[in-house]
Amino acid sequence: MKARVHVMLKNGVLDPQGEAVRHALGSLGFEGVDGVRQGKVIELDLAETDAAKAKATVTEMCEKLLANTVIESYSVEIA
Amino acid sequence: MRAAVIQFPGSNCDRDMAVALNQVAGNEATQIVWHKETSLPDGLDVVAIPGGFSFGDYLRCGAIAARSPIAKAIVDFANKGGYVLGVCNGFQVLTETGLLPGALMRNAGLKYICKPVGLKVETTDTAFTNGYDKGQTITLPVAHHDGNYNTDADTLARLKGDDRIAFTYTDNPNGSMADIAGVLSENRRVLGMMPHPERASEDAHGNADGAVLFRALSEAMALA
Repeated sequence: MKARVHVMLKNGVLDPQGEAVRHALGSLGFEGVDGVRQGKVIELDLAETDAAKAKATVTEMCEKLLANTVIESYSVEIA
Repeated sequence: MRAAVIQFPGSNCDRDMAVALNQVAGNEATQIVWHKETSLPDGLDVVAIPGGFSFGDYLRCGAIAARSPIAKAIVDFANKGGYVLGVCNGFQVLTETGLLPGALMRNAGLKYICKPVGLKVETTDTAFTNGYDKGQTITLPVAHHDGNYNTDADTLARLKGDDRIAFTYTDNPNGSMADIAGVLSENRRVLGMMPHPERASEDAHGNADGAVLFRALSEAMALA
């Protein structure tokens, strides 16, 4: 079973890297980009076969390591 | 003063930190403790977490180090009232362990900054800074890519209200919230700071402003 975790800076936390990407897009001529937020995708291969259990475990992984919940939010997809 | 310096793969200020501690501690041998240890040496007064790029800054700066075997022993030591100093990557590790609030984000200018900066000593009500004068301006080097301190509004208000901001930048180099360069734990015995006192602790460094911190700490330990 695979899991995919998206980690993003929380709304309201200024994302300096996203801002830099936004400026670079503007200088390439891409107009109308009002905001860019940059995050991470983490893919996990799990031995678990029960989707609900896998989701609970990965959520715990996010809380303990994969995301820093002071500044980041996360979402978990199980496939 | 009995001190230990924690060493992670990628630490690069560990020996500088040990030298700085030894100088003020009368050359008692400061011990270097490898991250795979599960306990600290007995009878320690101070644990220092040095600068560097522990675990290559993988995932987030300090994140992996904060989950290494020795981290639990450091948290226990701090919770029992031990003194912990985290400098640069050490500050990042301390926020990741939860011993200090907030997080260190990518510098607002996105560049690695390596230069001497002016700092204002915001509080002298701690063993780390009571050798300075409150409001005094000192100079210490910074060398970091992720020193942009961030926390939520409630925590910031609490840090201010409880006089837990140790140092602020006189000319904010990295976008840090409220110009914060260093913060203290609630019991004032854990200090995390981005600037490097150990790199400005003897005349040969061209600046010994950082030596005051180590000396004050050593004197406090001698009295304890």
